[in-house]
Amino acid sequence: MWISNALISVLRFLIGVTARWESPPDLTRQRIYFANHTSHMDTLAIIAALPPEARVNVKPVAAADYWGKNRFLRYISQKGLNAVLIDRNPTPGTNVLEPIFDVVRAGHSIIIFPEGTRSSQALPGEFKSGLYRLAEAFPEVDLVPIYLENLHRSMPKGKHVPLPIICTIRIGDPMPRFVDEEKQVFLQRARDAIVRLSA
Amino acid sequence: MTLEQKFLWFFGAIACLLAVASIIGRVLAKRAKTEGSISTIENLNQRVNAWWGMVIIFFVSYLLGGNATVILFGFISLFALREFITLTPTRPGDHNALFSAFFILIPLQYVLIGTHWYSLFTLLIPVYAFLLLPAIAVLSQDTDSFLERAAKIQWGVMICIYCISHAPALLLLDLQGFTGQNALLLFYLVFVVQLSDVLQYVFGKLFGKHKVAPLVSPSKTVEGLVGGGLSATLIGGCMFWMTPFNFWQSLLMSLVIVVMGFLGGLVMSAIKRSLSAKDWGTMIKGHGGMLDRMDSICFAAPIFFHLTRYFFSV
Repeated sequence: MWISNALISVLRFLIGVTARWESPPDLTRQRIYFANHTSHMDTLAIIAALPPEARVNVKPVAAADYWGKNRFLRYISQKGLNAVLIDRNPTPGTNVLEPIFDVVRAGHSIIIFPEGTRSSQALPGEFKSGLYRLAEAFPEVDLVPIYLENLHRSMPKGKHVPLPIICTIRIGDPMPRFVDEEKQVFLQRARDAIVRLSA
Repeated sequence: MTLEQKFLWFFGAIACLLAVASIIGRVLAKRAKTEGSISTIENLNQRVNAWWGMVIIFFVSYLLGGNATVILFGFISLFALREFITLTPTRPGDHNALFSAFFILIPLQYVLIGTHWYSLFTLLIPVYAFLLLPAIAVLSQDTDSFLERAAKIQWGVMICIYCISHAPALLLLDLQGFTGQNALLLFYLVFVVQLSDVLQYVFGKLFGKHKVAPLVSPSKTVEGLVGGGLSATLIGGCMFWMTPFNFWQSLLMSLVIVVMGFLGGLVMSAIKRSLSAKDWGTMIKGHGGMLDRMDSICFAAPIFFHLTRYFFSV
C-alpha cells in the first residue's frame, strides 16, 4: 500500500524506528501486539518495525474519535494503516470491543494500546481490561509485548510535529499464558512485560 | 595539474588505499582463529566497507557541485544532532526549541553558506540561536533543570550545526590563487582528519600499550596517537599540491587538524560517557553513529577554517 509505504519512509528518516526483537519471532502465528502509548505515531512505528510480509495481516486498533475525526484521518487510518476503529465512548449496552473480536476471529493479528489513551510518561500507566477480555476469548493467540522507546520525546501529547529523535521498537517474546488467572494479576503481568523491555 | 586532474588523483589514490584495505581485511578474516580476533577483523571489515560508502557519497556530491556538498553537510548535521538529542534527556518543554534547532537553524545555517553570507553565517548560532533558543524554551514555563536543558541544547547545536558547518564553509572562502578550487580544501580537511583517526586506530592496534586517557576513551593509546598522528601530519604535508599551501604550511595545518581532531574525539567521548552511552548511534556499520565519525571534524573544521581564512584569503 503506497500510503503506508510513504508514511513509513518519512518516519524512518525522522526517527529511525529500528526494531529490536527479544528473540526471532514466529510470524506464522496469530498475534496480539500490545504496547505503551505516547504519541500519534505509535501505530505507524510498530507497523514500520514489523517485516513487510508480516504487515499485511496486521490490523491496528485505533480510536474513532481521533482517527475517524475527518475524511483525511479516516482515509489514512483505514486505507493506509488498515486500522479497526473503535468507539471509546460507546452507547450503553453495546460492546466497545466487538469490532476487535470480529477481526481476531477472522484470523488477523492486531495492535492495541491497553492504556486506552496516550500518556506523557516513558513507562505505561494502568491497563484497561480490554486486553484481559481479548486474552480470555482467544487463548490460542500469542500476546506480544512491545515497548516504544523515545516516542514520547519525539512527539509529546499536545505537539503536532515529530522531532527527529531516534526511537527504538522493542518487541518481546509472547507472554506465557496461565489458565484462570485473575484480571488484575494478568493486567499487572502484561504491564510488567512492557516495563521489563524498557530496561 | 588542472582541478579535474587533482580530483582524479585524489579519489584514485583513496580508492587504491581502500582496495588494499579490503584485500588485507579478506586475508586477515581467513586467518583469524580466536574469537577475539574474529570479532576485531569483522569490525575492521565493516569499517572498510563503510569507508567505501562514505567516499562514494563524497565523490558523487562533488560531481553534483558545490550546492550538493552543502546539502550533504546539512544532512550530516541533522543526523548528528539527532544522535546528540536522542542521548540527551529533554522534556516536553524543550519541544519548540528543538523544533527550531532541527527545522529552522539547520536549513538556515546551510542556506547562508550556499548564498555566501559570511557575516551572518558566523553570527547566527553564537548570537541569535544562543539567545532565542532558551527564550523559546522559557515560554513553556518548565523551570525544572532549565539551565542544564538550555545548555545541553546549545552544546548540541554548536557542535552538530555550527562546528560541522565550518567544513563546507571552506567553499565560501576567497583564497589567493585558488579560485574555484575550494572543494579540494574541504576534501583535504576531511581526508587528514579521517586518515589521522584511521592511522591512530591502526598504530594503536599494532603497537598500543599505554592508554592516553583510559577513563575517557579506553581505545586511545599513546603509541596510536604519536604514530598515527605524526604519519597523518606527514601525509597531510605531502598533500600540499591540492591546497593553497606550500609543503611546510601544509604540514603545520595538518598538525593543527590532527591535534584538534584528537581533542575533539576525546571531548566527544567524555560527553558520550557522561550520557552513559558507548556509541552515539548505529547509523554507520562498524563505526557507530554519525557523531562517532564526525567528532574529530567538529573540532578541526572551525579552527582550520579560520586559520586558512586569516592567513590565506585575498
